[in-house]
Amino acid sequence: MSEWKPNIVVFACDWCTYQGADLAGSLRYEYPANVNIIRVPCTGRVEPEFIVSALSNGADGVFVGGCHPGDCHYKEGNYKAMRRFTLLKMVLTGMGFEAERVRMEWISGSEGKRFAEIMAEFNRTIEKIGPNPFRRDSNAG
Amino acid sequence: MPDKVKLAYFLSGGCGGCDMAIIDLSETLVDVLPYLEVVFWAPTVADVKYKDLEAMPDKSIDVGLYSGMVRLSEQEHIARVMRRKCKVLVAYGACAALGGIPGMGNMHTREDIFQTAYFDTYSTDNPEGVTPQVRCVVDGKYELTLPEFYGYVRPLQHVVDVDYFSGGCPPHHSFVGQAVVAVLEGELPPPGSWITSGKAVCDVCDRNPAGRGEQRHLIQSVKRTIDGVPEEGKCLLQQGYLCLGAVTQGDCGSLCPQVNIPCRGCGGPIPGVKDFGLRAIGSIAASLEKEELVEQIPSPVKLFYRYSLPASMLGRKIK
Repeated sequence: MSEWKPNIVVFACDWCTYQGADLAGSLRYEYPANVNIIRVPCTGRVEPEFIVSALSNGADGVFVGGCHPGDCHYKEGNYKAMRRFTLLKMVLTGMGFEAERVRMEWISGSEGKRFAEIMAEFNRTIEKIGPNPFRRDSNAG
Repeated sequence: MPDKVKLAYFLSGGCGGCDMAIIDLSETLVDVLPYLEVVFWAPTVADVKYKDLEAMPDKSIDVGLYSGMVRLSEQEHIARVMRRKCKVLVAYGACAALGGIPGMGNMHTREDIFQTAYFDTYSTDNPEGVTPQVRCVVDGKYELTLPEFYGYVRPLQHVVDVDYFSGGCPPHHSFVGQAVVAVLEGELPPPGSWITSGKAVCDVCDRNPAGRGEQRHLIQSVKRTIDGVPEEGKCLLQQGYLCLGAVTQGDCGSLCPQVNIPCRGCGGPIPGVKDFGLRAIGSIAASLEKEELVEQIPSPVKLFYRYSLPASMLGRKIK
């Protein structure tokens, strides 16, 4: 079997984390190439369906990045996202997923370095816990 | 009115409540019966055997109602036979369309379920450790069979193509009446859709703050139904009782909130919602005042997926 690399989906808010990712690129910070970024207007736009769609379609890790609390461009989008994410995580762990497989962090537009570090760290975490169990389970029938 | 409409009904993994909802049509049923010919209704009403249904020509039945989820090989077999014989197949009720209450079994393995049902329960006396077998031989010569108990519960649409869905546990009889009349008059929505008014429970609920000219606020506390008595006429969700009426079809006329019971989503998702539980999570979590309240929600999987776990994107617990 060829060496397995995690497939990581990142939902990045346009105002902060996406800008942070952009800055990481401009400053040539390296982060894993298997990180696939999806730009969303706000973390408040990230519905639980998005995260579970990613997982049920085979993503090994899902990351949601937004503005620091208080910094949301839409005032309270990240607060809503925070509550939804906590509740979704409770449901996902109840359904047998590892809690580390989904992660939410606040990364501002100036934190390019932090973005790269967190991506590398999240990638290591997913490498350690292994492939998405949902894929393994659905193959088993 | 057309000629008699041929109707088949099969009670699969359900409890029989959906059959009762048809009986509850009372006068409406009496009115429509002259236009109906019940060719198959097993096992509750008509004495028609599976082999009789299997012998009917393909597509000879106009409407087939399938109530209950698919857990056993027998239920899967009849689902396939019904699909062949019926022109229109309806997943009738929450179990057939979503998996229903028995769908929560997908949080446990078959082995766990057998262990509880045949060994661990207080009233069980099973010294020989007998569990259901697909085949067994009695007295060395009589071979007996039972349907296979599958590892997971499936809603009907995971087994065969389904033309229409109808939620409710059971579907409210007035709504069933409308659906039956719609079938008789040929006024059905495009195949693949739910038969519903399209309104949410909140839309038809008297407690809805929007209908009472009241301001809505964020939820201050999380309560279970056993915690105190809800204030008369005031929105249950606003008082902290986690009511899922906002994402549930309101064809029931908001019966439960009227009697102080928060909606649990048996009506199925409102149009446009793919995964009931996830949308409910999004809606409830975003209306909580503090993040700490999230952790107070008891048993969230079985709260948000009470009726819809097998039909959800994940479908079952991962081992």
